[in-house]
Parts: sequence; structure tokens; C-alpha cells
Amino acid sequence: MSTKLQQTKQYYWYAVPGFTAFATLVGGAFAYNIYLSFNDWQGVGTPVWVGLANYQALIHDRVFWISFLHAFEFIFAMSIAPTFLGLIVAALIYDFIAQHFGNAIATFLRISLYVPQIIALPVVGILWSWMLSPNVGVINTVLRKIGLSNLALNWLGDANTAMIALSVMMIWIQIGYTIVIFISGMSRLDPYLDEAAQLDGATWFERFRIVTIPQLYPEISVVLLTTTVAALKVFGPVYVMTNGGPGDATQVPAYFSYFHFFSTLKVGYGASIATVLALLLTILAIGLLRFQRRMGLLR
Amino acid sequence: MTVQKMVKKKKGVAPYVVLVGLIFMALVWLFPMYIAFINSFKPEKEFIQNGVLALPHHWDVSKFGKFWGEVDFSKKLLNSFQVSVCVAIIGVFLSFLTAYAIGIGRVKGRTWILGFFMVAFTIPQEALIYPLYSVSKMLNLYDNIWSIIIIFGVMSTGFGTYLLSSVMSTFPEELLEAARVDGASPWRILRSIVLPLLRPTLFVLATMFFIFTWNEFLIPLVMLPSNNNQTVTLAMAVTTGQYTSDPTARAAAALIGFMPSVIFFLIFQRTLMRGITLGAVK
Repeated sequence: MSTKLQQTKQYYWYAVPGFTAFATLVGGAFAYNIYLSFNDWQGVGTPVWVGLANYQALIHDRVFWISFLHAFEFIFAMSIAPTFLGLIVAALIYDFIAQHFGNAIATFLRISLYVPQIIALPVVGILWSWMLSPNVGVINTVLRKIGLSNLALNWLGDANTAMIALSVMMIWIQIGYTIVIFISGMSRLDPYLDEAAQLDGATWFERFRIVTIPQLYPEISVVLLTTTVAALKVFGPVYVMTNGGPGDATQVPAYFSYFHFFSTLKVGYGASIATVLALLLTILAIGLLRFQRRMGLLR
Repeated sequence: MTVQKMVKKKKGVAPYVVLVGLIFMALVWLFPMYIAFINSFKPEKEFIQNGVLALPHHWDVSKFGKFWGEVDFSKKLLNSFQVSVCVAIIGVFLSFLTAYAIGIGRVKGRTWILGFFMVAFTIPQEALIYPLYSVSKMLNLYDNIWSIIIIFGVMSTGFGTYLLSSVMSTFPEELLEAARVDGASPWRILRSIVLPLLRPTLFVLATMFFIFTWNEFLIPLVMLPSNNNQTVTLAMAVTTGQYTSDPTARAAAALIGFMPSVIFFLIFQRTLMRGITLGAVK
């Protein structure tokens, strides 16, 4: 027994390089960011300690609140809608396509829907500017051709439609991830339950709702957790499509802090936004994990 | 005859409706790529005359060469490869060792160590970027691709440790016990038992790190201002703005930009899918 204990101690050494590097780089940078949030700094010279002034200013900053509101709205486009659609599409591919038409077609469908996940966001930005451009874009060209020219709006340039246009693009990006996770989840399910329900005369949708979905709770909760965190962190799509505009119509916390770091050079203010976002995410992630544990959704 | 087969016999119309519906959906999903494809070969004149949806009459390949030359795309490819390969190696190496202590060594406090990695995993890059930027300036690593290699190599340890620890915690205990009874040291167990058995998983992880790093965007944007150090993804964000006056040149740029990812994805599709699903549910 004592040799085992000794051995356990020897194992600590293996965690040292990774843990030290991670704690220094990520932990250190985050601690420094928190420190900066209590300072007034232009990025050059010495930071001036201002205590909670940046946070007090945040409370009165309308854009700060709007940016968080938008981040929460993006939970729909990046998390809820892709989870819902992904479940249905994954079940259709798994139950109908793979069974009746073979794996080749199922793989083709899965890959086609997954492709947006592997394309870098700046490229996604170019592709979607082709779709959404007000004068020469695909959507407006089609709308004009079928006689609906009054619907051919300036999608990204109009504060009323910019969030919707971005949301459509995000659903396009996200759905591949949810489908892949759910299909792999379905392949671990015991087919017996489904067959029994089938013999009892349950329709496909009934089996999907009553048999498949409850068994997929672990996958669903992981997908909801990771995509919700991703939605609140969202930066790339906003950067490449709208820069937070028009006005502040698509402003999000991540972009808002970036904007203060590198455009207004109010580094302390940017750091306070980033700190609030990080704390919110951490609390939310821990909360969701605990909730799921308690509900017995995670093993 | 199994139930599965009995049911299969009654095919009906429904599967065909589903098939047509899903193929339509897949085509809609691929449509933006198709648009970029046809317009990148379309001469600008034709684009102005016939619009975005028309197929090109004359297939013009000159824009690819022009874009490639103007942004020195070979250099960007080389940079992206160097960064992604190094990050994959560093990330897998560090994650493997840390996960070995947690998953196999079961060191005391392992839940806390793992919790630390996972909490840090939710911190947005924006909450790290300014400190990384100002410290790299102090260390003379600013505008040097090694700065982002180190940053991503270390940052990927969060996800890597989480994934590998959960894989290693399911490692057959008898095998380890037998080795320990025979007096094998931790290093010996790592080298002759764990590493050989885990090699496929490490390859999956390396593939994921490679693709994630290839697509990374915010940190390179801040850390690598000069043209010569840009990655493919960064070049797409920065240089395409210069082409707004000629939309077809932008399409060509997009096509060149996503080709490497798509080719890599098609080669490693299975590996990558395995990794994504491994990461989601342990």
C-alpha cells in the first residue's frame, strides 16, 4: 500500500508542466485583466488606479446593457434553435435515411450540414455578404425576380433586420455541430425500446418524442451548455459581418470590450466589460452543470 | 426475421419525402459555397450584366492567381501550417501528461485540477487578450508567430486535459494493477502501456487542435499585425476588405481561403467526428 501511495505522489510530476503553463498563461492573463479593470489606462504609460470607477460607469452605459441583451438573444440562434432543429434532422437521418437508403447518403447529408463548422469565420463573412448584400446579393436578387422587391431590404445595414440576418447565419453555422453529436448519441441507444414502441403502433414522431429524446438527455444538456457559452462569448460573426452596427444594433459584450481595448483605447473600461462577461460565463456554466447533475441528466 | 427487417419491408412514401426534404436542406446549406464558386470564375463584366445567380459563360481563372500573388498566399499557408502543427504537438503533449496524472495516477485533488482547467475553459478570449498583448510586447514576442503558438498550445491544454482525463479514467484497471505489481514505474507504465493504447485518441485530439487553430481569429488579429506573419484565416479577414470594389475577386479569395480547410476536413472527416463526439459525452 505504501508503495502505491508513493507512486501516486510520483504522478504529480506529470501534471506540473501543463498545470504550470496553463495557470501562468490563462490564470495570469485573467488576473492581470481583473487588475486592469480597476485602472484607467490608455495602453501606454502607467495605469492609474481608479477603484470601481469603471464598473460604476458600466452600470450607466446603455450600450453595455444592450450588448448583454443581444448576447442573450443570440442564445436562441446559436443554442436553442440549432438544438431543436438538430434533434429533428439527426433523427430523420438516423431513422429514415441510414435505414432505407444506406450510409453513403446519410454521410453525404451529415457532411454537407457540417461544412459551415469548419470554415473560418472571415470566409463565412465573405460567403454571407454574398447572400445578404442589398444590391447584388442572392437573397435580394431572388426576391426581386419573384416580384417581392419591397421585401428586398438592406439586411445588415438596417437596425431592424441586422440581428435577424446574423441569427440566420448562426443557425446555418451551428446546426452541423448539434447534428453530429445527436447522431452519435442515437447510435449508442438500445434499439429494443424503439422496436417495442414500433410494434405497439407508435408513429415516428411519437417514438421520437417519447423514446429517443429522453434517452438523449445527456447529449442535449452538453450541447445546450456548450452552445449557450459560445453564444454569450460570440465575437467572430459580429466582427466579420457588422462590427456591432448599424449603430449598436448588433453590439455584443465580447466585441464591445475589444472595441474599447483597441479603438477607444480605454483599456481599463474594456477590461471591466471582459471581466463581467467572464464571471457571468463561469457562474452560468457552473450553475448549469450543477443543475444538470441534480436533475440526473449527467452521469 | 428480426423486427427491424419486418418493419423495413413496409417502406411507403414517407422515407422518400424525408429524403427529398433533407437533400434540399443540404443543398441550401451548400448554396453559399456554390455562389462563391460560380462567381469566382465569372468575369466582372458578366457579373454586372447577368447578376449573381447566372453561370459564367466564359470561365475566368485569372483572379485566383492574382489574389494568390497579391497576398503572397503561399507564405500565409506556410504560417498557418507551422502554427497549427506546433500547437497540435504542444497541446497534445501537455494535455497527455496532465491527463495522465489525473486519469491514471488519480492524484489527490484531481477534481480541483480538472475543475480549474474547465472553469478557465469558459473564460472568453477577450478577458485574456489585452494582458497577452501587452506582455508579449514586453517579451519581444509581439508580431512573432511563436507568440500565438505558445498561447494556443497552452490554451488548448484546457480542453485536451478534460477530454484525455475522461478517456483515461475508463482505462482498464487490471492492466495498470498488474504492471504496478510487477514494479513498473509511472514512466514505464506511460511508455509501454498507456501511450501505445491511446495513440489513436491522441491523433484525434491533434487533428482537432489543428483545425481549431487554423480557424482562430481574434488572437492572431491582435498579435500578428504585419503582413508577413499572417495566417490564412487572418489574411481572409484583413485583405479581403481591399477587394470590396470587385466582388468577384472576393469570391475567388473566399474559395482559396476555404479550400485548405475543406480538403483537410474531407481527409480527416472520420477522425474529427470521433473527436467531437468524444468531447461532448464522456
